[in-house]
Order: sequence, then C-alpha cells, then structure tokens
Amino acid sequence: MELHRLTIHELRDLIQKGEVSPVRVVQDFLVRIGQMEDQIQAFNTLTPRTAVGFAKKFEEMQARREKLPPLAGVPLAIKDVICTKGVATTCSSRILENYVPPYNATVMARLNAAGALMLGKTNMDEFAMGSSTENSAFKKTRNPWNLGCVPGGSSGGSAAAVAADMCAGALGSDTGGSIRQPGGFCGIAALKPTYGRVSRYGLVAFASSLDQIGPLTKDVRDAAILLKVIAGHDPLDSTSANVPVPDYEAGLTGDIKGLRVGIPSEYSIPGMDPEVESAIHEAIRVLEGLGAVQEKVSLPHTDYAVATYYLVATAEASSNLERYDGVKYGYRTPRSEHLIDMYMKTRREGFGPEVKRRIMLGTYALSAGYYDAYYLKALKVRTLIRQDFTEAFKRCDVIVTPTSPTPAFKFGEKTDDPLQMYLSDIFTISGNLAGVPGLNVNCGFTKSGLPIGLQVIGKPFDEETILRVAHAYEQATSWHRERPRL
Amino acid sequence: MAKITRKEVEHVARLARLELTEEEKERMTAQLDSILGYIDKLNELNTSQVEPTTTVIPMVSVMREDAVRPSLKQEEALANAPDRQDVFFRVPRIIEG
Repeated sequence: MELHRLTIHELRDLIQKGEVSPVRVVQDFLVRIGQMEDQIQAFNTLTPRTAVGFAKKFEEMQARREKLPPLAGVPLAIKDVICTKGVATTCSSRILENYVPPYNATVMARLNAAGALMLGKTNMDEFAMGSSTENSAFKKTRNPWNLGCVPGGSSGGSAAAVAADMCAGALGSDTGGSIRQPGGFCGIAALKPTYGRVSRYGLVAFASSLDQIGPLTKDVRDAAILLKVIAGHDPLDSTSANVPVPDYEAGLTGDIKGLRVGIPSEYSIPGMDPEVESAIHEAIRVLEGLGAVQEKVSLPHTDYAVATYYLVATAEASSNLERYDGVKYGYRTPRSEHLIDMYMKTRREGFGPEVKRRIMLGTYALSAGYYDAYYLKALKVRTLIRQDFTEAFKRCDVIVTPTSPTPAFKFGEKTDDPLQMYLSDIFTISGNLAGVPGLNVNCGFTKSGLPIGLQVIGKPFDEETILRVAHAYEQATSWHRERPRL
Repeated sequence: MAKITRKEVEHVARLARLELTEEEKERMTAQLDSILGYIDKLNELNTSQVEPTTTVIPMVSVMREDAVRPSLKQEEALANAPDRQDVFFRVPRIIEG
C-alpha cells in the first residue's frame, strides 16, 4: 500500500485500529519526500529523526494496546512562519535564517498533544508576503501539476507538499489569501478560519489584524479534523475568541438541501480566465443538484479591497517588522559603525525586495501628513467591505466565488509588476478584511491540466457550514481524488 | 503628477531604518508611485460618515491573576543573540565620536 497517498482520516483510522504501524507511515512519507524534493523544493527544513522517534513511541503504545491520541502518527508539514521549539523557523528570510525558537506556537502544542508528527518546515514567500512563493530567499517551490508554474503563495511549500503526497496534511497562514490561493493552484482543500478562531501565539506576525493559521489537506474531511485540533481560545493570544469549537467532522452530513448559496455579481471581472469561470458555473450547478438554492447577492466594495488591503497590511507589517534589528535574534550585518548604522545595514542585507517595498509603503502610509489620507481612509473603507458581507449574509448562508481569477501562472510572469501580483488575490483579500472564514475546494482542471479552485465563504465562526458545503460538493464530484503525475 | 518623490522615499527609508542603494531608491520611487496611483481609487468613496475598523473582533481589556508563572530562562532568551557578553545583548556603540 502506498501510505503517502492516503488522507489524514484514512491514516488515522488504520493507525487507531492497529492495522498500520506509525513508523511505517513516517518512513513511507520520508521515502516519498526523498523522491520528490529535488523536483518540488517544498521544504526549508526536514525533521525525520524527531518524527521517527515519536512514531516509535506510538508504535510501542500500539503494541501494548494503549489508547492513542487522536492523530497519533499522522505526519504533517508546517509552514516556516510557525514557531517550532528547537527547530529553525526562518520565514524564508535571510534575517531569520538561523533563528531557532525557544518555544512552540500554540497550534504546535495542540498538534503535538493530538499525536501528529512534524516532517519539516515548508517554504513560503518571505514573511508570507507574496502570492507565488517566488519571494522566498532560499528556493523556488514548483507546482506539482506543472513544474513550470508557481504553487501560489505565500503557503506554496505547504500546498505543494500536500498535493505531491509529501505529507498527509499541512498548516499554512493566510493574511490576504495565502492558504486559499496556493490551495487552489495546487488542487487541494485549504481553509482560512474566522479571524480569532485559531490562536496566533507563535505565528510570526505579518499583519496582526488579518493573519490566521489554517489547514491545507487532501480533502475537506481532513481540513475539518485539523481545524478541530488547532481551534479554540488561548490565554496567550487575547485576540483568540472564546467561542465554542464544534465537532467539525460530525458536521459533515452531506446534506445541503435548502441551503442558500450567495453568488456576488461583482466577482465577474475583466481578466477572469474563461475556463475558471465555466468551472465555477458548473460547480454552482452541482450544488443546486444537491438541493442548494442560488441567491444573487452584492458585495459592492469588492473593487476597493486590494487597495484597502495594501494599506492596512503594509502599515501593520511595517510596525511588526520593526523588531528585526539585529540585536536579540536573527541576522546582524558584520560591518557597521554605530547602532543606527547597524540597524540600517542589517535590514538592508536581511530583507528581500518585496518585504522592503511593503515596509516602505506601510511606513509612508503611517507617516506624518499621510496618515489620514491613506491609513485612516483604508480603515474606513474596511468598514464598508465588512458591512458588505454582513448585508450579503442576511440573504444567504454561504457565498461562493472563484478562489483566484486565473489558474497557476508561470515563474517570473508577475515578478516585475508588484501590482499585477497583488491583483491575483482579488477574491480572497476581502475575507481577511472582513474577518470571515473561507475554504478552497478543487472544482476541476483547465485543458492544460491545472487545478481550478472554488472558494466557499462563511459567516464569522461558521466554519461548520462551509465545511459541510465543500464536503457535500466533494462527495458529488471526484476532483479531490485526482493526483499530479510526477 | 508623481504621488511620491525620491526625496520622500529617502525620508521614509530613514524612518524605517532601511538603507537603500541608489538603484533601489530609483526603483522604489517608481513602484511606490504606481501602487499609490492605484490606491487613489479609494478617494472615489465618500467616507466622511464611516467609522474606521482596526479589528474585526470586539476588543476588551483582558485581565488575569497577577501570579508568578514560568517564563523563558535567561539562557534560552539569549541563545539566538547575534552578539552577547555575559548575560547581556551586545550592540555597537550608540554615541558617535
């Protein structure tokens, strides 16, 4: 049996029943990584010894017929923006190349308690700033469906590792689409939870009012399983909400009869790939076939979301990234004359071009004389974008859109024009500004064989419904069972 | 008219403690100008009656017991320091001259 092809729930069931040893599972994934990593370049760091060590512990528990934790022996990949105690956490940046966190992020503590194993840390756009993973200081991750295309970003390493069966599932982070868009480009399930649903303690901060951690998985059931483990209030993150966490897996009933699916008229934009558009229409027909009802809705401020985002996110980033000063951790320039000179050179040598661009834009937007015109203006438009969703959700239970206007693009295609790169996030960015959850599910392929992503957006803290819709869709289709030929 | 001048780029870079090469200043001015030009579309909207949103969740002060709890050990906190002396982070001299 090719264990690496299995989903989290399939592996979990085999391990819990004692039919497969966790050591065999981990070793099978390590062999797979060994075969694929040269082509895919998904990982910044691999942690095979720790993974095998924990797997042996679970194997012994299995032999003694002891009760195993729920995800015992399930191997996962973790985006390199999530702090892992004793394991380098680089954010794919020179400035954190040698940083080894002395503590675990809350999501890591929860995954460890559930018995999940970490295979390694995945590549990403530097500090999660980008939509193609090309902004990594270390390597270019390739899309498993077409090695000439980007995997999307910024969680490109996590998405590619899942799609290429190099892990059973992965964690990513999403500030403007960084889980959902690579999920769409790589043809997997990928969920950005409601802002506040998952603790951000130990997530290296990019834009604190937008960032969320979420799962990237081979099917929707797996996303439900991982969300259940990582969600919930955390006293170490006062922005994590004290809202009960339902049993998401139990909520996957397959029943969406009478559910109102909102279709926003504003998401039919110039520049939309016709193959994406027709796949989305077909997916809506599938949902109707399952008993859902189409409802036209309006999100009138959609056209302003990208502009709003690039002020809010960069302003917060410029403040969050002030901490990289070469003093307490991270890179320090080897030559400097005095303290200020050390800061300026450290940051010049440590940050890549996109990070510098965003620090500059954010600092400008917050600077004296421009604060009201740019930053405050953006905060006000954010209110309008959020109200759009509140109004739309009075008429529907979920909203469906394409995840991205196009399928995965080629390397280098958008690197010279930052604005074009930003616009590739046009359908996901509003969700972060409004704080609502969104889920990508694969809804077909282009003629050239690239995955197309359907986004299901939900009401705040109603991940249960978007998971149920996406799962029902998966049950009615077979796209999620397709695998790239590698 | 240009949205941002090269002089402003130099000023902002100083505020951000970011040294830029001449070439970077040139490129940054052009790119920021184009991005700010795009962002200008926000001015199509009248927001005089709109409250700003800084966060989507209700922000309340979170209180906890004032109790001693374990925290990072000194050695752990210093372990990633680029330069240190004894139990201190060491930095280049601050006062010129």
